Amino acid sequence: MPSENDGKSPGSELKKQAAAEAKAKALELAKQRALEKKEENENSSHEMSIEERKKKAVAEAKAKAAELKALREKEEAPSTNDSLADDKAKAAAKAKAAAAAKAKAAAAAKAKAAREGAGDPSDPAADEKAKAAAKAKAAAAAKAKAAAAAKAKAAREGAGDSSGPSDEKAKAIAAAKAKAAAAARAKAAAAATKAEEPAEEQKPSPLQPLLDRYVSLIQKALGEDVLEDSYINRLSRDVPTLVAKPDTYFKVAQLLKHHGELRFDYLSELHATDFETHLEVYNHFYSYSHRSPVALKVKINREEAVIDSLAPLWAGADWPEREAFDLLGITFTGHPNLTRIMMPDDWVGHPLRKDYEPYDVEV
Amino acid sequence: MIRTEEMLLNVGPQHPSTHGVFRIVLKIDGETIIEAQPVIGYLHRGTEKLAENLQYTQIIPYTDRMDYLAAMTNNYVICHAVETMMNLEIPERAEYLRVLVMELGRIASHLVWFGTYLLDIGAMSPFLYAFREREAIIGLLNEISGARLTFNYMRIGGVKWDAPEGWIEKIREFVPYMREQLSGYHDLVSGNEIFLNRVKGVGLYSKEEALDYSLSGANLRCTGISWDLRKDESYSIYDRFSFDVPAFDSGDAWARYQCRMAEIEESLKIVEQAVEQFPENGEIMAKVPKIIKPPKGEAYVRIESPRGEIGCYIASEGKKEPYRLKFRRPSFYNLQILPKLLVGENISNLITILGGIDIVLGEVDG
Repeated sequence: MPSENDGKSPGSELKKQAAAEAKAKALELAKQRALEKKEENENSSHEMSIEERKKKAVAEAKAKAAELKALREKEEAPSTNDSLADDKAKAAAKAKAAAAAKAKAAAAAKAKAAREGAGDPSDPAADEKAKAAAKAKAAAAAKAKAAAAAKAKAAREGAGDSSGPSDEKAKAIAAAKAKAAAAARAKAAAAATKAEEPAEEQKPSPLQPLLDRYVSLIQKALGEDVLEDSYINRLSRDVPTLVAKPDTYFKVAQLLKHHGELRFDYLSELHATDFETHLEVYNHFYSYSHRSPVALKVKINREEAVIDSLAPLWAGADWPEREAFDLLGITFTGHPNLTRIMMPDDWVGHPLRKDYEPYDVEV
Repeated sequence: MIRTEEMLLNVGPQHPSTHGVFRIVLKIDGETIIEAQPVIGYLHRGTEKLAENLQYTQIIPYTDRMDYLAAMTNNYVICHAVETMMNLEIPERAEYLRVLVMELGRIASHLVWFGTYLLDIGAMSPFLYAFREREAIIGLLNEISGARLTFNYMRIGGVKWDAPEGWIEKIREFVPYMREQLSGYHDLVSGNEIFLNRVKGVGLYSKEEALDYSLSGANLRCTGISWDLRKDESYSIYDRFSFDVPAFDSGDAWARYQCRMAEIEESLKIVEQAVEQFPENGEIMAKVPKIIKPPKGEAYVRIESPRGEIGCYIASEGKKEPYRLKFRRPSFYNLQILPKLLVGENISNLITILGGIDIVLGEVDG
């Protein structure tokens, strides 16, 4: 590269230098600008993202508001059709507003409104809308929605079969029911799951055959009356649940472990609960040979809490039974070493009993 | 011939190898253990009793303190129990976040086990490496939940916090890094003759004994039973990932070591897939009522924690507090077999066997 000193005249050299300096400056400027631009870009993008987020939030809020509005409009919609229904719908809406405190009253008012509204032959549309509103409300709990839809459908179908006044009556009853149920649901969503239970239980559980087989095997081997109860526990992944009598508990457990078609070789869980009227031992077994679960329960007298130990059958029952003895005061007969396990040996009382009072010598 | 006398030896409650408060009373003849009597309960805090006066969401922080090395799975088990009872549907994104944090937690938990186990049997340096990697995971979990160990991250119906920006990217980078480190561990430890001599054939039990004693997790899989609740009683979204359930046949401390090391690899596989499938956006909480009231009745659910099968039983009266809450704590069940394993062993194997079970005392005592 030819150096600047190679220039022939000092003038040209100066010029060159000046040019170089200018170039450098320009470069620096450009760089600076680029930097500034970059920063700007970054800032703007940052702001953008915030703005975007804000926009999003706003949009979401709007959507929610729109939803709410739509809901309200749906509820108030009868006003466009029928002034009578309008008044009633308004009353219902008001009642709804007070629902938090007076849910029961609201339900009654709504039910009445719906009944009267539907009783009027001129406004099946209002009735429909009331139903729709009830449905929309039920959407609070996704499941409840399904239940309400099912009910509404059933009502519609029922109404479709008949005609004339009986049709309206059926509709009215269905609507009233749906509304009352919806109000109750809105009050406590927990109640919703309860409300839908009966609907769900109509379908037999996929594990029902398993339970039937257990029960028939047990009854064949040990007699008809060894089990107090047997059912599918819907809340607990449909586990087949057996309730043994205290005097047959050990025999049933023994059969569950050793019978070739049952072979529950694994004790997954053993614990006890104080239900105040009685104590209950809960076992969850699993069969690795047949890959199937079962729960075995037994109810024990609270005052005289004695039951056979399962430790001779499953070594894994040892500590859990000690824990149940320690915390709930259940004596397991046949247990190899029934001593306190969590609390100190000189502890007074069994803490997990519902009537437990801490013992304090000072008091 | 040397005449020996029976002697009672008290180990613990404060003994470094227990990593908690655990006492064991040994009857020894010379150096041979004749009888072992574990004494537990030093860390019993009455979680189940306390829970009877708490709302379901308020119980979640208590579960952090049971198995404090894998608090995410504990968080999950109570949420899962309530969700099962209420039949709640969890949003996709929340499910993926849950799986990610649980699997990262599982890796972290196994790393602690790996490090401390080797420390207990006399190898110092693996501990330092393991804790370095674990620190990276703790950092990730800290970033998403705001806590290093007691996360209190999950809620009934979803999770509390969404993933911060760049979090998923960091996990994506962590997976290959962890794989590399893991192969380093294998170079360092898995072929080490001293280590092999200490663990091979020690703490041996059969498949039948493992089932009889209600063992679970690596303690069960080391006897050749390929059983993992993530696969065999699939919950959450675990059925969307392909992973293996490592099982080894020998039933000794060596098999348990291999199991856990292989499980780290499998967890990495799950994490990798979860990151790939991670939904771009979406809700992290299902629509749940402000006050959670599961329906009247009872439920028992079980899931796979790093230590085995963790279960949660809830008896509900439809109120906002549980009527009875019970945790099936895997460490508690797994520890039962210890006295049986110790009989006839040399006292120097005590720590090898105890450590091999992988207990967390906070969970043993509940």
